[in-house]
Amino acid sequence: MKTSQAQSHPLDPLLRTDRIPHIWCPGCGIGTAFATCLNAMKDSGIDLVQTAMVSGIGCSGRGAGYVKLDSYHTTHGRAIPFATGLKLANPKLNVVVFSGDGDLLAIGGNHFIHAARRNMDITVVCVNNFNYGMTGGQVAATTPHLAKTTTTPVGNPENPFNAPLLAYASGATYVARWTILHARDLTESITEALLHPGFSFVEVLSPCPVNYGRRNRIKPMDMLKIFREKTIIRNDARPTELDLDFDKGIVLGKFVHDTDRPSCVELYDKTCRPQER
Amino acid sequence: MNFWRVPLDAHEVDVPRGEVHILEERCKGCGYCIEFCPKHVLGVSKKFNAKGYHPPQVVKPEECVNCHYCEVICPEFAIFSVPVEEEEQDARGGDLSA
Repeated sequence: MKTSQAQSHPLDPLLRTDRIPHIWCPGCGIGTAFATCLNAMKDSGIDLVQTAMVSGIGCSGRGAGYVKLDSYHTTHGRAIPFATGLKLANPKLNVVVFSGDGDLLAIGGNHFIHAARRNMDITVVCVNNFNYGMTGGQVAATTPHLAKTTTTPVGNPENPFNAPLLAYASGATYVARWTILHARDLTESITEALLHPGFSFVEVLSPCPVNYGRRNRIKPMDMLKIFREKTIIRNDARPTELDLDFDKGIVLGKFVHDTDRPSCVELYDKTCRPQER
Repeated sequence: MNFWRVPLDAHEVDVPRGEVHILEERCKGCGYCIEFCPKHVLGVSKKFNAKGYHPPQVVKPEECVNCHYCEVICPEFAIFSVPVEEEEQDARGGDLSA
């Protein structure tokens, strides 16, 4: 085996390599989700000079700091409003939101709903690691029922968000869910989402070994095995059947792909900027 | 490649060959590439990198089919594969039934 050739990783041109190795823990899936996102950006053939990545706060929020494109690390939960602003100010820009479940679905929940309602032409990649990892593993809106976290030591009494249903019900026109183990399907989905005109939402299930995994006695490798064994790929499944329940099995796939609804920018131009006669 | 019977067009199929490159200093030893390599090309090495993790090492270099799965599953941008040149591939032979 020749390893002497001085070659660099194929994603290095898209990374701020001086910041690598990144801060994500060993076994954390955010790195994989981030790499698939960058691969999808490369595969989709979009103009990367006209692309901006927006992140909120949290472990996944660090994504914007590692990508060597225009990027924007925003305040907690406000990644989508900042992205909406970018897109409205410059409709030619491809705007990708890369953030976590706590940021997008809990503190930024209403922004998420309303961006989906407007069918804002942005791509949202939501890394779901089932808890608030950066702040010490507190219960989140996506923690499965009975899972242990710092703030639910006897198990989570609540039910988690069905994020694809939330996106679909709010009006998102592209909805998919994968895990980091399904990296190829995930890359394909993010590529489609980037090329889709309208609000695209891709949920990525990811292990959090240090906070969620440790408290639930799941080693990172076991979490990936759970992702392999307890998931069912069913494209076009009904969004109401996508509960985040590992006992029932988690449904993965591409659920919604609606190309008929006009996007926010199109509707705005039609209504407020009528063609000059 | 292991088949329960050799496909009828096996002699026409070119199995791609790849070469795995490991950037050891980036590795955090999660072991995903080792576990999920479909051809079991990788194993844990005994050596440590500067941060004290065991990076993977290539144990079966001739098995790699350049599927890039290690490259996409690695959370650390620490491993990638490149295709092996055509001439080299002919010399190694492409025996599917092996």
